Amino acid sequence: MKPRRVAAIAVKELLQVWRDPRSLLMALLMPLMQMLLLGYGMNLDIKHVPTCLLDLESSQFSDSLAARFRSSEYFEIVGGLASQRDIPAAMDHSVCRMALVIPVDFSRQLNGAGHASVQAILDATDDNSASLAAAYANAVVSGFSADVQMDTARRYGSVVLNPPVQTQSRVWFNEDLASRNFIIPGVVALILALVGAQLSSLTVAREWERGTMEMLLATPVTRMELMIGKLAPYFLIGLLDAVFCLAFALLWFGVPFRGSVLTLLFTTSLFLVVVLGIGYFLSVSVRSQVGASQLALLLTIMPISLLSGYAFAIDQMPPVIQGITYVVYARYFVTILKALFLKGSGALALWAPILGLVIYAVAVLTLAARSFRRQLG
Amino acid sequence: MNAALPDAGAAIQVQHLCKRFGNFSAVSDVSFDVRPGEILGFLGPNGAGKSTIIRMLCGLLRPSSGRVLVAGVDVVRKPESVRRQIGYMSQKFSLYQDLTVEENLRFFGGVYGVRNAKLQERVRFALDMAGLGGRAGSLVSELASGWKQRLALGSAILHEPKVLFLDEPTSGVDPISRRRFWDLIHDLSAAAVTVIVSTHHMDEAAYCNRIALIDRGRLIALGSPKQLRERALSGQLLRVECGAPAAAQAALKSYGAARDVAIFGSTLHVLVDDAAVRAAPLEEFLRSHGLPEARALPIDPTLEDAFVELVREESAIVEASA
Repeated sequence: MKPRRVAAIAVKELLQVWRDPRSLLMALLMPLMQMLLLGYGMNLDIKHVPTCLLDLESSQFSDSLAARFRSSEYFEIVGGLASQRDIPAAMDHSVCRMALVIPVDFSRQLNGAGHASVQAILDATDDNSASLAAAYANAVVSGFSADVQMDTARRYGSVVLNPPVQTQSRVWFNEDLASRNFIIPGVVALILALVGAQLSSLTVAREWERGTMEMLLATPVTRMELMIGKLAPYFLIGLLDAVFCLAFALLWFGVPFRGSVLTLLFTTSLFLVVVLGIGYFLSVSVRSQVGASQLALLLTIMPISLLSGYAFAIDQMPPVIQGITYVVYARYFVTILKALFLKGSGALALWAPILGLVIYAVAVLTLAARSFRRQLG
Repeated sequence: MNAALPDAGAAIQVQHLCKRFGNFSAVSDVSFDVRPGEILGFLGPNGAGKSTIIRMLCGLLRPSSGRVLVAGVDVVRKPESVRRQIGYMSQKFSLYQDLTVEENLRFFGGVYGVRNAKLQERVRFALDMAGLGGRAGSLVSELASGWKQRLALGSAILHEPKVLFLDEPTSGVDPISRRRFWDLIHDLSAAAVTVIVSTHHMDEAAYCNRIALIDRGRLIALGSPKQLRERALSGQLLRVECGAPAAAQAALKSYGAARDVAIFGSTLHVLVDDAAVRAAPLEEFLRSHGLPEARALPIDPTLEDAFVELVREESAIVEASA
């Protein structure tokens, strides 16, 4: 390995990127666009569910229940309905995604029998949001219910009893339960994989397509020198993009960061090596810029967005799919990023996913270097 | 052509070199030696196998069988050490068009491992040699083809190689640039660089010390231009000018003294035993065959004549043995 030869290739590669507007745009502008698109677009929170109220009683009681819904940030009462028949129309026209029906005998049942029902009708086209909204509605009604109980007890002069068992939940690591905090660290992984694999997938194929490979092959450059020289500039660009994305996550989206910067830098470098190696391998094997970059796109976007756990929790997937996620290199990095951002885990606690990345990096680089044939034809 | 015994002083030794692509035999049993500082020209039509041989000589293609030694080192066994000693210019222009002249030179200097202090001097030398002194900062894509060709040569000699392989270096270049390019090759040869250069321009072969005639993957003759001309033709040539060369060729088939007839542009070259004696009767024969303005003049054979004759002999031998 001669540093002089590696340096010559790296400088040449950097000059070519610098003079190629397409590569430059991809390296510098795409991270910003993706960060904004995915940061704002991928939001799994449900807040302000549009709700129609069908209050058949219009009593003090029913009003105070409605007020509870009104003051909750999860619901927004968008209007009142006159009868059951109006509900389908309101849902069809997407006026509301939930209808809250308070029966005509609500107070009477409550005061007489001591219990009453309200009905929540949900548009479950998006089943995930619907079940979340149902759970929030339940919570609002339970709160109301507990207050009614205590009021009644106080009125009859009993000792005010607290409910015997209560859940005191405290949410750790993502205290605001903001899905953005959960998603954005993964978005960083997605962007780095996308940009890294795209750029490196062009690098060898370009030499074959433009006919410059023939003279390069006649020089004493070894395949190791060629790979390192070609990937070094993209590694630096990738690190630059990583710093930008991480700073953007912290400063713009306000995602908390609790881990060690050193661990972050180390694992980000490992991940970059893996994605650059994959792009390089494709470039060497396919020898066409379009073909290699299409494959690189397929091998990054699809598995990472679906199987890395960046937005969809892996432990919620069927066992077979969970098994498949171990092959998705980004899974390890996403796990590390989430732990570093939200939990502040140390490098030791993360040994398993770090080892996963190390194994991947060594395997991909070996494969990529070996697949380059030092001859024509 | 028999393989010479290994010659310690030879710059290049090629022994029984063969290359097959599937069933197609692109190069068959080629052997020759090249002396240090010699200019050896590969002459032959397109598709004859010149590029395939050159690519095997510089380690870009693995021979199917046979051996290549460059400065005594086996190309297949020790490709790295051979690559450090050779320069190569491919048939298709293969410098970086999106880099400037100087960036290309610095890149090739770097990958050939030329040290920084030395590189400065070599880049200057290459720029002067190629006459690109004022264009160091120009993008290569903006250069005319003659300049590109000289730049490619400059890129191939930065590391002062002992052996230079040039594959059709002058194709698509204007005559003045071609002439200038050959002057550069002669300068390199004078500085003890061994040059192997392929071409399909017959006139360029005259600039070489020796010529290897290549046809259909075979080395059919090897020698100086003068040797080839003399050996190829066992007779003398008449150039026949008449309005209709094809008709004249057909008529001469039945003329016993014409041993061979070949069309060269609008004229015929006719092989006879004695040009001075045969000229007048031949003119007479053609006039009597409806070609009244036919004129026959004795000429010296050209390399092209020699090539045609040698290819014909080789084909006859191959057919006879088949």
